[in-house]
Amino acid sequence: MKVKAKVKNDKVKVKLLVKHPMDTGLQKDKNSGDLIPVKYIHELSCVHDGKTVFLASFGRAVSKDPYLAFSFSGGKKGDTLSLKWVDSMGDTEEFEAVIK
Amino acid sequence: MLENRRKILKRIVEATAVIGAVLIMPKLAFAKWSKAFDADTTEAAMTGLFNNTETIASDKVFLKVPEIAENGAVVPVNVKTDIENVKSISVVAFKNPQPLACSFTIPEGTDSDVSIRIRLFETMDVQAIVETHDGKLFSVQKEVKVTIGGCGG
Amino acid sequence: MKRKTYFTLAIAISMSVMTPSFADPVSDNETVRTYFADIFPELALESYVDGAYAIDKNGRDQWLQIEEFPPYDDAIDNGEELFDIAFANGKSYASCFDNEGIAIKQNYPYFDTEKNQVVTLELAINECRIKNGEQPLAYGKGPLAYLSAYMASTSRGELINVIVPDNAGAQAAYEEGKKFFYARRGQLNMACATCHMASAGKRLRADILSPALGHVSHFPAFRAKWDDVGTIQRRYAGCNMQIRSKPFKLQSEQYRNLEYFHTYMSNGLPLNGPGTRK
Repeated sequence: MKVKAKVKNDKVKVKLLVKHPMDTGLQKDKNSGDLIPVKYIHELSCVHDGKTVFLASFGRAVSKDPYLAFSFSGGKKGDTLSLKWVDSMGDTEEFEAVIK
Repeated sequence: MLENRRKILKRIVEATAVIGAVLIMPKLAFAKWSKAFDADTTEAAMTGLFNNTETIASDKVFLKVPEIAENGAVVPVNVKTDIENVKSISVVAFKNPQPLACSFTIPEGTDSDVSIRIRLFETMDVQAIVETHDGKLFSVQKEVKVTIGGCGG
Repeated sequence: MKRKTYFTLAIAISMSVMTPSFADPVSDNETVRTYFADIFPELALESYVDGAYAIDKNGRDQWLQIEEFPPYDDAIDNGEELFDIAFANGKSYASCFDNEGIAIKQNYPYFDTEKNQVVTLELAINECRIKNGEQPLAYGKGPLAYLSAYMASTSRGELINVIVPDNAGAQAAYEEGKKFFYARRGQLNMACATCHMASAGKRLRADILSPALGHVSHFPAFRAKWDDVGTIQRRYAGCNMQIRSKPFKLQSEQYRNLEYFHTYMSNGLPLNGPGTRK
């Protein structure tokens, strides 16, 4: 996961890119010809200071390597953001980013 | 014969235990993902997500999408709104196999301004839905053309 | 003057001196720049390096958004890692290049007067490997493209500076490249120039055709179609296939001469690769 979190005008602007294939189940493997099974992120959350500041739920239409941008108030430079996603197969990733 | 029956019973008990565990798995606070995202019609998706299929067209919802998608697999979408008391922002891609593209919970203190990139299978209208805490759904929609390129020149 | 007429006239003039060893790259460039300035009067010379995104606002907006997390970043990182690994004999890529291989892409391709051939950056990378006892890498994509992407990234902002020396071989190579660019080929009977000179700025179905001027600056490029970074010659092969012309081998004499001519055309323009395109 790549995260950019910056304070601007009293708000924290967050931009992130998650590395994830977001397989729709419609694509075929180039070598075997078999359908690649569905595997896509269901939810992604962002927590700051114990509070969920953003929660995204995805369908299969979200692009591979999902990108998100959102803003919230109450954060300051140096604070930590905790990000986490869970996908349709139960796989998960947690990531911490520092607000700049 | 008795042996087989025992084995079968054992399997049934094990399976029930697994199913039971799945049913009582603790849910995330704010958990939003649901079968609505796998629904293959807009009505089913909206019923699943909002329990409401009526949207009110609003000029206070701003949807930014390209006129012609450079790459149908990666279409940038931005939704923002002036409306107050926002509970969630969602995006619907009407002609996609699963129309509900995404939904964002907007807690208190978070801006009603979200950007994402989505896949569009063909030219279609994309709709942004802003849900307020009193259960109303405000929307705006725009067409995005998804075409076959020439050569990618 | 109507675009087609001007174009035909310009080509006629520049092709009128057909002696292979006489090349006038300087006036070729003048002709091309005047030609494009006529079609795109508002476009500053440096802007041509953005290709179709300098002309098409719809595409440009989407491109700028994608560039927030550039899709070629991984390729640059991979390339840097590969670049820093020493060969089995202890030497490294840095030992084969001027300035240790940093900020030098603007000098490629160049004409090797000893070997009497055009040397592209990709060819030089493999020559470095072979010279140091390593197996050459496949051209077009993969590790070689990543190495090239890294070297391109260190060269960002440098002004393209291809030299066609006063040497019969170099002049002939330049002229061969130019002939290739303007020659019709394939079942669709089109030349590079058909789209990228005569029809630059116009649509080919949903695509805006990019001008040939500024073409090479952002290569190797991440193309959405490849979902990966690839070299300019990979694109040559693809373009040839798209006009139903049998592609030449990557780093063949034909493509190296073409790249020589094609890059010279953008002399003075700033490098901005790797870039992102459709």
